[in-house]
Amino acid sequence: MEAPLLHLALVGTPNSGKTSLFNALTGSRQKVANYPGVTVERKEGFFVTPAGRQVSVVDLPGTYSLRGRSPDEEITRDMVLGRTAGEAAPDLILCVADATNLRLTIRLLLELKDTGRPMMLVLNMFDIAARRGVSVDVPKLSEALGVPVVTSIAVRKGGIAELLGRTDEIAAQEQTPVGPNRWQPLTASQLRAMQAEADRIIASAVTLPAKPDTWTGRIDAVVLHPVAGLFILALILFLMFQAVFAWAQPLMELLSSGFDALGQLVQDTLPEGLLQSFLQNGVISGVGSVIVFLPQIIIIFLFILLLEDFGYMARAAFLMDRIMGGAGLHGRAFIPLLSSFACAIPGIMATRVIDNRRDRLTTILIAPLMTCSARIPVYTLIISAFIPDRDVWGWFNLRGLVLFGLYAAGISSALGVSFLVKFFMLRDYAPAPFMLELPDYKLPRLKSIAIGVYTRAKMFLQRAGTTIFSMMVLIWFLASFPTAPAGAEGPAINYSLAAIIGKALEPLLAPLGFNWQIAVALIPGMAAREVAVAALGTVYAIEGGKEAADQIGHVLATKWSLATALSLLVWYIFAPQCASTLAVIRRETGGWRWMAVTFVYMLALAYLASLATYNMAVTLGAG
Amino acid sequence: MSEQTDIRTSQPLGLAKRGYSGVIQHLAVAEAMSALAGHELESRLIELGFVEGARVEVLHEGIVGRDPIAVRVENVTIALRRREAMAIIVA
Ligand SMILES: Nc1nc2c(ncn2[C@@H]2O[C@H](COP(=O)(O)OP(=O)(O)O)[C@@H](O)[C@H]2O)c(=O)[nH]1
Ligand SMILES: [Mg+2]
Repeated sequence: MEAPLLHLALVGTPNSGKTSLFNALTGSRQKVANYPGVTVERKEGFFVTPAGRQVSVVDLPGTYSLRGRSPDEEITRDMVLGRTAGEAAPDLILCVADATNLRLTIRLLLELKDTGRPMMLVLNMFDIAARRGVSVDVPKLSEALGVPVVTSIAVRKGGIAELLGRTDEIAAQEQTPVGPNRWQPLTASQLRAMQAEADRIIASAVTLPAKPDTWTGRIDAVVLHPVAGLFILALILFLMFQAVFAWAQPLMELLSSGFDALGQLVQDTLPEGLLQSFLQNGVISGVGSVIVFLPQIIIIFLFILLLEDFGYMARAAFLMDRIMGGAGLHGRAFIPLLSSFACAIPGIMATRVIDNRRDRLTTILIAPLMTCSARIPVYTLIISAFIPDRDVWGWFNLRGLVLFGLYAAGISSALGVSFLVKFFMLRDYAPAPFMLELPDYKLPRLKSIAIGVYTRAKMFLQRAGTTIFSMMVLIWFLASFPTAPAGAEGPAINYSLAAIIGKALEPLLAPLGFNWQIAVALIPGMAAREVAVAALGTVYAIEGGKEAADQIGHVLATKWSLATALSLLVWYIFAPQCASTLAVIRRETGGWRWMAVTFVYMLALAYLASLATYNMAVTLGAG
Repeated sequence: MSEQTDIRTSQPLGLAKRGYSGVIQHLAVAEAMSALAGHELESRLIELGFVEGARVEVLHEGIVGRDPIAVRVENVTIALRRREAMAIIVA
């Protein structure tokens, strides 16, 4: 008879190493849904124990108690108590503790015991504990707590064998030791008594070194210094944006010339006609013009994941708390907002760590204003076409500076919107508390960073292969049909459906300095921002013929005025051009209302700001 | 042999300067002007290790109004605002 699937659940305080243990147990492929900032999605993995038992394990969001004060913590509570619809209560809870920092986890463990579920304590980060001189009397601790205790070094798969062996033992027990669920929300005095009990148990079984981690102290002395700390934060952000522009350039040029060569090959080998035009203009120049941005997207995710793994993100929240508080934002909003620089979707999902509903809503509303990586293709294209590649003040690049300015504009408008929301909509509002553990610094793990970057790159390429590809086919079709009548004057595209649609929209967008080609590109750009670049590529390629196909930047420089270019840049800071973001907002706020609010306010901002920019630029002689 | 007795007046942690170290005497959640209800604030503070007898040290302060503060509680570092730290009476 086959034993039934054994359900394990990983529970513990934030940063205790649950995700690392999850990866060590199940192999790294399950990290897919772990977005930067927090563990936000239900992540399940499978493995087989040495005794051949099939096991499933879920990685639950970190929590200090079972009270469930945020949507994230509620997930953990409901899973542990077996209240989640369609999910059995776990057969075994693995309570994961940072061995250098046991107080809060042991308190949590005592609370978890009330649920009656079988449990095992995993003393993780045992390498750090040993190095720091923490010594644990494991048998004694196990006896005092009344649960099995194992040690582990999750990032090096240390201690996994013993953990699996113990799991088999527990699973093999004749009678499943499930007790009655006696858990109830605890009163303050019960909590207090529990913490005292935890402290007593720790004192009896654990010897702590006198000194805390000296490295963390030394780094924090600089990084959390009121002045130097903010300076370092600004420097990190600035470095990130310079890197996105400067370091990625050689790779991007390589990719770009690769696609040019591919297009040339198609042109040389296929006979002139529809198929050649479709492959060269629709597929290669369209999809290629988006894939070229892969290096930049890798760099931005690399920065965010590195900062996250190092332990810097919580420090950034500390530094920014009061500054963001001035704009009506919670310090915890910093991590979701920083994640939104990569993509607003994980950013909006990461707002689940914010327990106050209003704080969370404000953060969701402004997250799409952060410059996400999908804007980079648009910005880069226009900047390289219109802004000279010059050095200013020695080592700053003018293009890098403009890009930095666009990011800064996104951030300041987000703060402004948040301020207005606080002022007009959520007036009777007292600031929710900011309480956050600052974990010890850890050397980032190359492997987990690599997995994270790889996953995001794959997602980007998948998007390029599906959404963007299908949009490109559509654009190519609209721009190619109907074909020009015999003996017609001018480029054939002028007779196409695309031109008809674009010209119909032109009066609406003309005050912003947008021509009908831009109008055409903006329609599919509603699905995803980077599509607009590909769409412009296709439209101008079909219009201009072969010479225009590879040099889209040059074509733009001759066809647009500087005022139009600036106006489009500004449009992209604000415009709500991302169907997936809007869908996530609807899901996370539980209704259409806030999605509609986001769409309308962003569109209005985009229109007004572009209108102002265009007219100002024309007045200054850039028209 | 004169034994030095450390008689210190108790004060809220919310008023402590950087470098201050002391021991938690009790929690006085009614005194803090927190947005949270008293029992909720009390529960959260306890869950983060702020209980009677715990040793605390103010490690860092923010730039605006010296807020928030980073406090070492036994061997954990917690960031919180002074508004909530007013509920923690130390000496
Ligand atoms: N040295 C060491 N670092 C670890 C260990 N387990 C986790 N880490 C690191 O601790 C940090 C937090 O781990 P993570 O798994 O994300 O914690 P979670 O928040 O509980 O999911 C990461 O930087 C890990 O690389 C361990 O056993 N030893
Ligand atoms: Mg995790």
